[in-house]
Amino acid sequence: MIALHGSSVRVERRLRGLVWDCDMQTSVETGRHPANPAVDASLDRLARVAAGMDFESEVHDGVRREVPVLEIDRFNLWYGAKQALHRITMPVPHGKVTALVGPSGCGKSTLLRSVNRLNDLVQSVRITGDMRLSGDSIYDPRMDVIALRKRMGMVFQKPNPFPMSIYENVVYSLRIDGESARGILDEVCEASLRGAALWDEVKDRLHESALGLSGGQQQRLCIARAIAAEPEVLLLDEPCSALDPIATGKVEDLIQELRGRYSVLIVTHNMQQASRTSDYTAFMYLGRLIEYGPTTEIFTKPILRETEAYVTGRFG
Amino acid sequence: MTRHIERQIDQLKERILHVGTLVEEAISKSITALINRDASLAQRVMASDEEIDRMEVEVEEECLKILALYQPVAADLRFVVAVLKINNDLERMGDLAKNIAKRVSQLAAGRPCPLPPEIRTMAMQTQEMVKQSLDAVVNADPALARQVREEDDAVDAARQKIRKRVMQTLQEGTDDVESLLRMNSVSKHIERIADMATNVAEDVIYMVEGEIVRHRASD
Repeated sequence: MIALHGSSVRVERRLRGLVWDCDMQTSVETGRHPANPAVDASLDRLARVAAGMDFESEVHDGVRREVPVLEIDRFNLWYGAKQALHRITMPVPHGKVTALVGPSGCGKSTLLRSVNRLNDLVQSVRITGDMRLSGDSIYDPRMDVIALRKRMGMVFQKPNPFPMSIYENVVYSLRIDGESARGILDEVCEASLRGAALWDEVKDRLHESALGLSGGQQQRLCIARAIAAEPEVLLLDEPCSALDPIATGKVEDLIQELRGRYSVLIVTHNMQQASRTSDYTAFMYLGRLIEYGPTTEIFTKPILRETEAYVTGRFG
Repeated sequence: MTRHIERQIDQLKERILHVGTLVEEAISKSITALINRDASLAQRVMASDEEIDRMEVEVEEECLKILALYQPVAADLRFVVAVLKINNDLERMGDLAKNIAKRVSQLAAGRPCPLPPEIRTMAMQTQEMVKQSLDAVVNADPALARQVREEDDAVDAARQKIRKRVMQTLQEGTDDVESLLRMNSVSKHIERIADMATNVAEDVIYMVEGEIVRHRASD
């Protein structure tokens, strides 16, 4: 407590009149920014989500102005009888980094895995709606899933280098396509490792086992392997959660570097990572897209107080 | 469980209100001293500025600590940034009150000189603006903050009137130029205090709504 000196009475008087909680930004009645009182919501939005009620996601104009590389269109997904994703509609901008944030179990990873149809491998999954990659329907029955996955790179939580040399890890996608010209392989290997900010660290040991690399190096190797195939979209599922702060910093720098050349969709639990690395941030809750907008807006003046409460750490 | 950052923010709020209250008192006393030609009250106002300066540094350090340790976002971030700026403006207001007090002690030492009626009015208006801007901070009330912005025009107009009157008197010739210039300077300080109160009000609008309204006509 501070000493209140001679003015204590007046300070006390001010403080008594003080109602100061997290709702500084929005009015309690509407749940919206006071400048945008368009939507009514007598019930708390998150409570309404929990009660299974539907409402439109709050998508900022800045997102709509971007050219999308991936369009998620009224996408629903069920695991057996349980619905895990509810009518997700979101464009993922081309050449930008888009972060998916939300509390555990909100469907971020499910959504990410749906983009390259990894959920096909789960028996009980049923979907409706669609996703389009550069205009091509991902869920079209005629879509060749293997060809589709070549158009996307995916990096998982735990680094998963193949038990082979660093070089062979990077050029793996070219090898399976039958490429054997040494010159091309060397060129792609160097460009990808440089792209993943790993070249200087491994250029003298390219033919040693990838398993001898540190965790952070392994994860950057996985990113190099993913970008060697020149994917249209790079999917990152909590790529730093198994890394120490220094390795995390390097991967975050790398994500910044990839911006522009690649379109990145990243799932992260780390709010500061989302704010540091992404151009756009989507906040999900219980399988719904709640708010989606430019990262600076989400972290300085989100439209919904639910988003505000989440990013300031007041729930979740 | 209350989050640590919320406790820090509550403490910061108390501190900035404390600064606000000290500044409000300094302004009010400097005006009273002006009206009553009270040199000893003016002295006390000048002495009280030290505490305001000390508190200002403490508040700023507190803000920097919160920014560094908690990396606040959204409403928390806007609050800390608004406090940093409000803190600065309050300290300036304290300085201006001190300047008024200085002029009052000079005026009191000189020959009696009538107070232009506009000064009294603009001083009352300014004090009300300061009070309202601080209330807007406390209650996070952007409507009240907008009202403060609008009130600034009246104070500016009064200041212009006084300036013209001083010019006129100077042209017509007076034997007490010194007092006249001091009076003019007091009216300028009061007008600057009202400007600072407007700044505080604008920071409240930013804090609550996330919109920077500075350099825009009031709506």
